[in-house]
Amino acid sequence: MVNRIVVGAHYGLRDWIAQRATAVFMALYTVIFAFVALSLPEMSYEAWSGLFRGGLMRFLTLLFFLSLFFHAWVGVRDIFMDYIKPTGLRLALHVVIIFLLVGYAGWAAQILWRL
Amino acid sequence: MSKRSVHFKIYRYDPDRDEKPYMQDITIELEPSDKKLLDALMRLKGKDDTMSFRRSCREGICGSDAMNINGKNGLACLTALDGLEQPVVLRPLPGLPVIRDLIVDMTQFFKQYHSIKPYLVNDNPPPERERLQSPEDREELNGLYECILCACCSTSCPSFWWNPDKFVGPAGLLAAYRFLADTRDEATNERLDNLEDPYRLFRCHSIMNCVDACPKGLNPTRAIGKIKDMMVARAV
Repeated sequence: MVNRIVVGAHYGLRDWIAQRATAVFMALYTVIFAFVALSLPEMSYEAWSGLFRGGLMRFLTLLFFLSLFFHAWVGVRDIFMDYIKPTGLRLALHVVIIFLLVGYAGWAAQILWRL
Repeated sequence: MSKRSVHFKIYRYDPDRDEKPYMQDITIELEPSDKKLLDALMRLKGKDDTMSFRRSCREGICGSDAMNINGKNGLACLTALDGLEQPVVLRPLPGLPVIRDLIVDMTQFFKQYHSIKPYLVNDNPPPERERLQSPEDREELNGLYECILCACCSTSCPSFWWNPDKFVGPAGLLAAYRFLADTRDEATNERLDNLEDPYRLFRCHSIMNCVDACPKGLNPTRAIGKIKDMMVARAV
């Protein structure tokens, strides 16, 4: 490949919107979660796991984790784009991060449904 | 009354003579007429003519004498000597290759500026007199057209430091929005296509160093936000 500066990937808007949308959802979830957790009658394992046994809370929490991982993906990719100059290394790191975050998402779901 | 003087710490580098850059301590006696930092630099130039910097209009219009003054980018001709913390530390604009002393190579900066096609694109035959705008449409260009391309903003932007070859930078994006906002321009779609890129536009994370640095009081971050708004309006 010749060594020329190439730009013009024609993406970025969707990720930029998604990063903002996920941030808003995470902020809302944090408020909801704080409210629900503080209104628990007692801080016991039963009360805590009962909280996540409810369908809605489980659904919202899963969405929270998915938002977190997508948000993290865009952010970490931005850091790599700034600081990792060799294209091959950058691509390899992107792949590692994707696998890691997808793995985390599966793990989060497993934990939630085990409670 | 004792004479005013100013103590400088200046970045010096002449690639023909110096192995590497160094900081020079120097004190300059001022005349009563010396009001701005550029006046003091001209006194210094009179004393040591190897000292190199760009300047031209000396009134904040040409944008030649941009430099890093006490850690912040600005124009020497618009910076008052009174109130400047001493020693006054002068460095070349950060992030661009140094040619000599305070003179930097602006090639990369202008390459990015040219990449956004900083001119009106309208293929319709021109009317007999001129292409008119309503006063409201013209209003939108205020705060955009005043840019003097001094590079204070782009060279204070970390995203531009890390990717000067790929990120257009605040000055270029401000100019891009100046033509996106112009109702006489007809290349809006092409301009948005040209910018829709994770490097060219979306390296901006709105940290607003550009707004802080701009000696003309312009707001590139707001212009960049409006470009993003236009993209959203086009996409959703």
